[in-house]
Amino acid sequence: MSDASVFDDLPGDLMIWVLIVSELLVFGAGLAAFLAVRASDPAGFGAAQDALYRTGAGVNTVVLVTSGALAAWALRLREDAQRGPARLALVAAALLGVVFLLIKGFDYAGKAAAGITWDTHPFFTFYYLLTGFHAAHVVAGVLVLLLVAWKDTPRNIEAGAAFWHMVDLVWVILFPVLYLLR
Amino acid sequence: MKYQSQKIALAYFGVALALFLVQILGGLLAGLIYVMPNTLSELLPFNIVRMLHTNSLIVWLLLGFFGAAYFLIPEEAEREIHSPKIAYLQLIILVVGTLGVVLTYVFNLFEGNWLLGKEGREFLEQPKWVKAGIVVAALLFLYNVTMTVLQGRKTAITNILLLGLWGLALLFLFAFYNPENLALDKQYWWYVVHLWVEGVWELIMASILAYLMLKLTGVDREVVEKWLYVIVAAALFSGILGTGHHYYWIGSPGYWQWIGSIFSSLEIVPFFAMMAFAFVMVWKGRRDHPNKAALLWSLGCATLAFFGAGVWGFLHTLHGVNYYTHGTQITAAHGHLAFYGAYVCLNLAIFTYAMPILRNRDPYNQVLNMASFWLMSGGMVFMTFTLTFAGTVQTHMQRVVGDYFMDVQDSIAIFYWMRLGSGVVVFLGLLLFLYALLVPRKEVISADTSVAAE
Repeated sequence: MSDASVFDDLPGDLMIWVLIVSELLVFGAGLAAFLAVRASDPAGFGAAQDALYRTGAGVNTVVLVTSGALAAWALRLREDAQRGPARLALVAAALLGVVFLLIKGFDYAGKAAAGITWDTHPFFTFYYLLTGFHAAHVVAGVLVLLLVAWKDTPRNIEAGAAFWHMVDLVWVILFPVLYLLR
Repeated sequence: MKYQSQKIALAYFGVALALFLVQILGGLLAGLIYVMPNTLSELLPFNIVRMLHTNSLIVWLLLGFFGAAYFLIPEEAEREIHSPKIAYLQLIILVVGTLGVVLTYVFNLFEGNWLLGKEGREFLEQPKWVKAGIVVAALLFLYNVTMTVLQGRKTAITNILLLGLWGLALLFLFAFYNPENLALDKQYWWYVVHLWVEGVWELIMASILAYLMLKLTGVDREVVEKWLYVIVAAALFSGILGTGHHYYWIGSPGYWQWIGSIFSSLEIVPFFAMMAFAFVMVWKGRRDHPNKAALLWSLGCATLAFFGAGVWGFLHTLHGVNYYTHGTQITAAHGHLAFYGAYVCLNLAIFTYAMPILRNRDPYNQVLNMASFWLMSGGMVFMTFTLTFAGTVQTHMQRVVGDYFMDVQDSIAIFYWMRLGSGVVVFLGLLLFLYALLVPRKEVISADTSVAAE
């Protein structure tokens, strides 16, 4: 290409940004649909929301944001040529991802024990779709973090951290909308 | 033509065009039956005509893809096709299978026989022996082109093309799995039908389009490849879970309504990207390629695919809308423009590009070819509009007001007449296209490649 494209200035790879934008579109559309359906039955949605495990979700927010900070820190360390500490930070970030999944697992187990499934109420259809889809991304993100800890070029770490921040960001938006919004 | 084995494509294109003619004749007859329902009702009932119309479409598009692969892979891989003999054997198997299908359908041979009789599963009606033949032919093809690529230069275009063709063959295997339970039957049926046209075929389309853009506009390969990867990523991201938009009303769990709505809405993205890609390449490209007709078909392909597959698909993909429009003429409108734009135009673009090269000629009959584009596309777009209007009225009368199906059909007959008229225009466009492509003029043509033959 003769003229430099604005895309060349993006940190990390273009493809990771294509993926991030696609993911945000999907979660954004899911949340928009949730809010639209919620508007048709605010009372029912409010009652269903009370069955959620808010404390766990709050702790999970702290866990995930901390993990995101570790991933960002790892990139800085790697750019400083401190490979060992960078890898350590990435593995720690991945471990916090696992902690998130454990807490989320308790949450799901509690729902299942209470007999709540995806078709108990439209609220739970969205709850399971959005948090389930997000949790699947956490699983993928943990694997990606471990992958870039192994193949630790700065470019790879940047792409992995960008993906992980997306997972982080989605949770930070899901949490208030699903758990807190009255 | 740089490589002798590219000639294989000629045979594939020939058979494809013959079947294209059969398909359009079938479409004309079906359109006539819509307005004069007793036409040939004993000899060739509507359900058989429709089967011929859809099956011949799929087979000729596939033959076109195979031909395109045999044409472009030698150039991309910079070596001859591994075995031309296997390529011709593959074509013979496919032709025998096609003849078998036509005879079995028309005369309803071996009804109920598990191996020889037709199977009665929409689009996958082929008798089992034909399905097996298709698998054998696909294996021969994949072996042949994969060997060629493995021993030659590997490019993004051939990688994506092979990914698409492998996916196509593997997904066809679901055609053999037909569970008793109707909901499960439909679920797996869509693994073939949806994941073909809204999944792996899009990879084939993107790679062939990328090849055409590379050749016709002269833009750097690096730029073309970057676009190609973005398009393919968007296609798979949206298309795979987009399958959910077929699971709204077949007895699948209700969460598919949201998964299907959200992901299939994004299926418009790769089609928009392909259209943007084609036009940006033409603007950026500095090459003034003499085959203007091939360029017109390529741009037409990207544009009409965006409208037919993208916009007309989105029109009825949200489950709240689809609740009313499902199975009405809206679906027919979408189906016609989507297949025409995405896959028919694509094939005609590569035929138009390749044919002069395969015959060692400068581009010929350019004006006639371009006129056929406008005739065929004009006819098809008009047909899409008439069917969309028909579908809108039908949806309201049948699904909102609650009138009887046949009463509604009677009251929208005017649209079916107009559809028949637009079908005739498409047919005339096809005849013109065949003439333009198959009957080059005899004049001596300038040796200067920068001068068009016209």
